[in-house]
Amino acid sequence: MSDVAQAHLQEQFEEPTQQREASTLGMWQFLATEVLFFGVLFAAYAVCRFRFPDGFAEAARHTHVVYGTIETAVLLVSSAGAALALRNVELGGRRVAALLLWGTALLGAVFLALHGVEYTKEFHEGLIPGLRFTHAGPQAHAVELFYCLYFVITGFHSLHVMIGVVLMSVMGWRTWRGRYAPGYVTPLENSALYWHFVDIVWIFVYPMIYLVGRAG
Amino acid sequence: MTLHLPLTPEASNFAPHIDALFNAMLWLCGLVALAVFAVMIVFCVKYRRGSPADRSERRHSSLAVELTWTIVPFLMFCALFGWSLKLWSELRRPPGDAATVYVVAKQWMWKVQHAGGQREIDRLHVPLGQPTRLLMTSQDVIHSFYVPAFRVKQDVLPGRYTQMWFTPTRLGRFDLLCAEFCGTDHAAMRGEVVVMRPERYAQWLQSHASTGLAQRGEALFRRFGCSGCHGAGATVHAPDLSGIYGTRVALSDGSTAKVDDRYLHDSIMLPDSQVVAGYAPIMPSYEGRIGEEDVLALLAYIKSSDQPGPHPTEPSHERH
Amino acid sequence: MSGTDLNVSIEPSYLVSGGNTLWSWLSTHDHKRIAILYALGITFFFFLGGAAAVMIRLELATPAGDLMTAETYNKTFTFHGIVMVWFFLVPSIPTTLGNFLVPMMIGARDMAFPRLNLFSWYLYMAAGVFTIAMLLLGGVDTGWTFYTPFSTMFSNTHVILAAVGVFVVGFSSILTGINILVTVHSLRAPGMHWFRLPLFVWAMYATSVVMVLATPVLAMTLALIALERLAGIGIFDPALGGDPLLFQHFFWFYSHPAVYIMVLPAMGVASELISMGARQKIFGYRFMTWSMLAIAVIGFMVWGHHMFVAGQSMYASMVFSILSFVVAVPSAIKVFNWVSTLYKGQIDFHAPMLYGLGFVGLFMLGGLTGLFLAATALDVNLTDTYFVVSHFHYIMVGGSVMAYLGGIHYWWPKITGRLYSERLARFAAILMFFGFNLTFFPQYLLGYLGMPRRYHEYLPKYQALNVLSSAGASILAVSYLLPLAYLGWSLFYGRKAGPNPFRATGLEWTTPSPPPTHNFAVTPVVTEGPYEYRS
Repeated sequence: MSDVAQAHLQEQFEEPTQQREASTLGMWQFLATEVLFFGVLFAAYAVCRFRFPDGFAEAARHTHVVYGTIETAVLLVSSAGAALALRNVELGGRRVAALLLWGTALLGAVFLALHGVEYTKEFHEGLIPGLRFTHAGPQAHAVELFYCLYFVITGFHSLHVMIGVVLMSVMGWRTWRGRYAPGYVTPLENSALYWHFVDIVWIFVYPMIYLVGRAG
Repeated sequence: MTLHLPLTPEASNFAPHIDALFNAMLWLCGLVALAVFAVMIVFCVKYRRGSPADRSERRHSSLAVELTWTIVPFLMFCALFGWSLKLWSELRRPPGDAATVYVVAKQWMWKVQHAGGQREIDRLHVPLGQPTRLLMTSQDVIHSFYVPAFRVKQDVLPGRYTQMWFTPTRLGRFDLLCAEFCGTDHAAMRGEVVVMRPERYAQWLQSHASTGLAQRGEALFRRFGCSGCHGAGATVHAPDLSGIYGTRVALSDGSTAKVDDRYLHDSIMLPDSQVVAGYAPIMPSYEGRIGEEDVLALLAYIKSSDQPGPHPTEPSHERH
Repeated sequence: MSGTDLNVSIEPSYLVSGGNTLWSWLSTHDHKRIAILYALGITFFFFLGGAAAVMIRLELATPAGDLMTAETYNKTFTFHGIVMVWFFLVPSIPTTLGNFLVPMMIGARDMAFPRLNLFSWYLYMAAGVFTIAMLLLGGVDTGWTFYTPFSTMFSNTHVILAAVGVFVVGFSSILTGINILVTVHSLRAPGMHWFRLPLFVWAMYATSVVMVLATPVLAMTLALIALERLAGIGIFDPALGGDPLLFQHFFWFYSHPAVYIMVLPAMGVASELISMGARQKIFGYRFMTWSMLAIAVIGFMVWGHHMFVAGQSMYASMVFSILSFVVAVPSAIKVFNWVSTLYKGQIDFHAPMLYGLGFVGLFMLGGLTGLFLAATALDVNLTDTYFVVSHFHYIMVGGSVMAYLGGIHYWWPKITGRLYSERLARFAAILMFFGFNLTFFPQYLLGYLGMPRRYHEYLPKYQALNVLSSAGASILAVSYLLPLAYLGWSLFYGRKAGPNPFRATGLEWTTPSPPPTHNFAVTPVVTEGPYEYRS
């Protein structure tokens, strides 16, 4: 086991545990930057929603909550897949783990496809600011503001999912080829961390965007 | 020694106080800077390599010294902060008897309207010794109304009102400059503030009077159809506006709002952002259909109705 | 650490080993080569931004706008700001001196993520290409601060291209920060406890914390501006109910910590220069480390002091004001500690020390004027005038640039294996000090007297002080060209340097000059703190 780790030891490190610690620390710091990156959007959303609570509620009622809910389920399952894949490799597995990782990637692609359908519907409903926005009524400007934020937030999130899909596919391939073993799973761990992060962002996005104004 | 250079006179009630604080800080910081430079030079000379100075018992840390030069500056800063705070509260709170003048900034000029309808461009006439409050908005980008001789400055934003006030204490003409970069001719967006004796100012107002701002607002109230819903004989259920300025109203979302300039402006431009409780959100927005100067006229009209509300105060900053 | 043992290695220097083809440089993983690659870009952008400054000072020598049109002037000062802030000041010390020295100072063979390091450089260069393209296509005229709604709805210039350039260089910054943080956490040599680290490493660490946490906020804010221009997504548009002030909050939430990104590394360099110049341990080492961390943390809480007259609430302004005073306390502590380090030292006035002393003096003056701006009542009069311009130039140019040059001089023998002309270097340092003060001290007066910033023409009564300032700028320009000349000359004709020409402490001085690719033949074992100078 430790031979695998030794084989992948980069020359700036003395020993595998040092490399693993550094690698993981780097990943967590990167995720911290992502929190702040998305944080701006959540802050903008919070400020705008505080100013236009009714408008945002009306706007949120036009979102496609069924699609959003399915997307949430899809991402949660995909995260479970990634975690199981990691566990599998840690216990000596290879093929099952690779299939799970590809499954995760596939579910990510399904998520993106569903989003694509949503965006298409929003185009036909005239809810895309700057491109085709036909919603009228007294709250029109707040609705438009909501949809500005909706497209930016879900757009950036989808971009991250896309990167994750590629990442998981590559990791699946590498796992299939036996690159990772019980003593050396750090790249898999870090990839899974990234995927979980993308999932967690969605957990915040989903209620903010889809569930506002739907209670009662 | 104070920095009383002839180039920038002290021409407002604030100026001497601001200059006093500035000068005090100048002395304080100057002394600190001189002391530090002096010590540095003395050390550099005395302890240059090879000099015969005594270097025994070298120390490389001292909690007592560190705490001293942490706490003493901190206390000095607190004192300065307190002094500034007092001035700052005065700067931000116009007195109740301040006369309001309306300013609309646009690329690249200042448009001024007095309550009696007198209009000026790039010039502001004000009376000596009497407080003037400026209620300002922009038609396009962010500008900043800056009068160095008064030592006051306030950014002027689109879509909302900002205010500033001063009491001129010297007669004369004083530079008005735009102090927030606003595009090509930012540097040319200049004007002057003309301070006159109250009697001369009253004469000036007389000779430049046109339709009073509130009268103009009343005409606009009818022209834009406001009276169709808000007027006495209207059949549409809309809030009554007489005596409304300065009161508090209950909104449809359960909160209350103070009816000030910002509230009225937003009611016209973004009506659904704050619907009064018990009314349907059916008022259309006038964004893009009424210019900012006309909005100010409408506000003047609404404020002038039967029972005038309490004194104007700081435009509400609930947003942040 | 053992300052006398020489880490003898049979490996040739990093400049030679690994090949000398262009490709060997462009594909290197060696942190030292990457530092050189960065230094080339940094130097280029410094002089590019400097050229813009020359244009500005030439225009401002006369009150009328007679050298350029208003549009051109607005584009010039915008370009000056963007280039100097993001392509020079933010990266300069961390990517050149930081990249080169952090692994060596902690006894490591390289940074934690060498390939990421190279990628960061490629991002920097790509961003540079975008920025030059933006310039060639006609520039941008919003000011480096991109205030809305001017930048989103009114400017007719290449805002999106500029935003993309800064977005990309921001990621270069973030990745460098992550690299430094992990390197310091994970790769310290045995015995190199946290409180045995040189203050330069602490400074790089504190800077990296800020880089990593603040820069993403800038990235997203610029993305929002670009989207608003491109796709009409009007989050800051008042007509939609958006808020131009929200932009300012987001922008300054990054840009205030950014100024600490620009000054903390300089403070780290200054500590090295002064301790070496006085041949003494820095006075108050622990307080120096805590104060740098305090600056990094409190620096995140003061952004509203850029918005006292912007329309921000009166009470929020009060909070930001007191916090702005508080953030000055750790800086004051540092100034006093530097001066105390001179006490009972054995002071040598070589060029690095002159730069270090210059830094302390000018940083102190800049910091003191910051106090004026922290007082809200005074800031009302002084904000958006030349007082602010002078304040930040004292810190960033009088402070950061002097420290950067001081560090370049100090470590030049280590990096290049050559010695430069000490006489010319001292002359340039002194000339720089005088040129700098002549350029920027009059600007304090201009601001107090009421001259606003970003003006390409001004009232004639301000001319005398402007002429002084422009005269100073010409001297300053010469003092920057001099090092370019004699340092460049030394690369080919300078005397070869030994491993430790300044007889300084620090692990980097235990290696040959220049060092071999892997720095140390044997991982050093550290047994004592930094700055153990024996008399």
